[in-house]
Amino acid sequence: MDIPKDHLVDMYETMVKIRRFEERIRELYFADKLPAFDIAAGLIPGEMHLAAGQEPVAVGMRPHLKAGDAITATHRPHHVAIAQGVDLNKMAAEIFGRETGLGRGKGGHMHLFSVEPNFGCSGIIGEGMPVAVGAAMAFRHKGTDNVALSYFGEGAANQGAFHESLNLASLWKLPVVFICEDNAYAISVPKAASTAIPDNSDRASAYGIPGVLVGENDPVAVYEVMGEAIARARRGDGPSLVEIKTDRLWGHFEGDADAYRSEEFKTEMNERDPIIVYGNRLLAEGVLNEADMASIQQAMHDDVEAAIEFAMASPYPAPESALEDVFAGRSVQL
Amino acid sequence: MTTTTERKLTTQKAIAEGIATEMAEDDSVFVMGEDVGTYGGIFGATEGLLDKFGPERIMDTPISETGFIGAAVGAAINGMRPIVELMFVDFFGVCMDQIYNNMAKIHYFSGGNVKVPMVLTTAVGGGYSDAGQHSQTLWGMFAHLPGMKVVVPSNPYDAKGLMIAAIRDDNPVVYMFHKGVLGLGWMTNNPRATGAVPEGPYEVPIGKAAVAREGTDLTIVTIGLSVHKALDAAEDLEKTGISAEVLDLRSLVPLDREAIVASVEKTHRLLVVDEDYQSFGMSGEVITTAVQGAFDYLDAPPMRLATPDIPIPYSHPLETWALPSVERITEAASTLLVAG
Repeated sequence: MDIPKDHLVDMYETMVKIRRFEERIRELYFADKLPAFDIAAGLIPGEMHLAAGQEPVAVGMRPHLKAGDAITATHRPHHVAIAQGVDLNKMAAEIFGRETGLGRGKGGHMHLFSVEPNFGCSGIIGEGMPVAVGAAMAFRHKGTDNVALSYFGEGAANQGAFHESLNLASLWKLPVVFICEDNAYAISVPKAASTAIPDNSDRASAYGIPGVLVGENDPVAVYEVMGEAIARARRGDGPSLVEIKTDRLWGHFEGDADAYRSEEFKTEMNERDPIIVYGNRLLAEGVLNEADMASIQQAMHDDVEAAIEFAMASPYPAPESALEDVFAGRSVQL
Repeated sequence: MTTTTERKLTTQKAIAEGIATEMAEDDSVFVMGEDVGTYGGIFGATEGLLDKFGPERIMDTPISETGFIGAAVGAAINGMRPIVELMFVDFFGVCMDQIYNNMAKIHYFSGGNVKVPMVLTTAVGGGYSDAGQHSQTLWGMFAHLPGMKVVVPSNPYDAKGLMIAAIRDDNPVVYMFHKGVLGLGWMTNNPRATGAVPEGPYEVPIGKAAVAREGTDLTIVTIGLSVHKALDAAEDLEKTGISAEVLDLRSLVPLDREAIVASVEKTHRLLVVDEDYQSFGMSGEVITTAVQGAFDYLDAPPMRLATPDIPIPYSHPLETWALPSVERITEAASTLLVAG
């Protein structure tokens, strides 16, 4: 492959960091919720949607990004946020509901917002897609060559927001890349039961834009396709739709019994864990050796641990600060 | 002493002038919506702007409210100050997620780090037999949901000043113009829809009510076209010796509670007139404010005259009966004066 080595290694490192982050969040999420699961209990209350297995869709765009590029992500946002370089300490602190978090504890894990890098996400399916269109409008108006990336799941491709956003982006030839993370299940409903055609990338033709299918959960394949789609948007040639077949290794949310997926499916999925597959490839091709991989693992684990420690050592927000930040410049009065 | 002839504009032209004034000053301001370009807005709010600013800044959109209102949110987050028009407020049902879950919440979710400076303009109100999907006001609904300011100008001066204030505000502002106050040639003639408007830029502060008419016997608190009806009613009441004060709220969020309390402390009686649905809305909020803030001053239980909790009916006698009218305001005020 003719991909720079530093890009290959960077993608691997980021995948390891993402996975470690999700593993540690999972451990701490359950630490004080068992044996009787109580969603409201513990250090991390509420719903938790983790992205283990979906790392390739996030890291494949990473080497192509520039400062100022905007990303909108989904209710399952951590992998994309980490890949874009959102401050890991502040992100962890937000998930733990602390004053030092990205949103001072007001957003939580589905509502992470960062100004630099330019990241946002949402708990509503398809909600971020028009926002990416608007970010691209702003970039064009300001004369920058920044692009907007809009992540969404295959379930969102049946929302009106998907179709409205593709139409607008194509109509106005905006620098947007729409990235469909197809993990095959919308919570429990398999795509075949929700979507009239097998590949959402085919829907690009309805809007006169390129639709590209990445059929494997492989960061290198994503890298190549995203490189072209981002370059196309950056040079002013308009939007693209990229669909990536990926795997959600764990349940829709933590605590999900995941009974809607067969044991056979889950076994096969785990056997093609993208970090293992990609790591083995880097070893086989001599990009990394065992010692490199061990040191990468250590470094990434250390980064994650530092973020978790930062979060857990941070104070909770003052309760009455709930009245702040509804509006810029004034608090809500009781 | 010099004399000047006051320049008069309709409310619709004052809105367009407010937008033009800011667009000339600030390149980040742009307009998008259905028929805002060549047509100039179905209600004229963007009349003449396409010629002045061109199609890159006055953008006709597809009928795609989720798409283009969501895009306005994205543009606002990224350094622009979009003005986006929802043609009729009744159409909010196809795009409310972008408005109340996204536009109105991002600043909060971000702990104040991400600002969403945008104006959502929309036409409200009935009285011309457009039936139940084109006649609602719905300001109570928008005011109920946290995170957006809500303004409702009733006259040309306020329309321009509130528009300029809304554009300059760092928060999302829902700017609701009542079709009956715009001075449109194809609506029932309304002399109060034309008035003096200064040529330069000026702001009418968001969150400040205005005493539209001073009075001593009762306070009529209202907003939008009902301000005109209340003023007409006050003139009729004056003939019977009743002095009505009319308070034009102008903004629902923030609500000028001090102005409500101050007026009730002065007149001791309160009538709220609201073209929005009666229950769970503006009338209840205003009365609560008066009861909590001026209980000892009230000489009679507050009254309200609002649209009953029914879809706005089509047929002229049905709709005329359902919406607040001058006659019914006069009648309610007279009743209130002998109560207590």
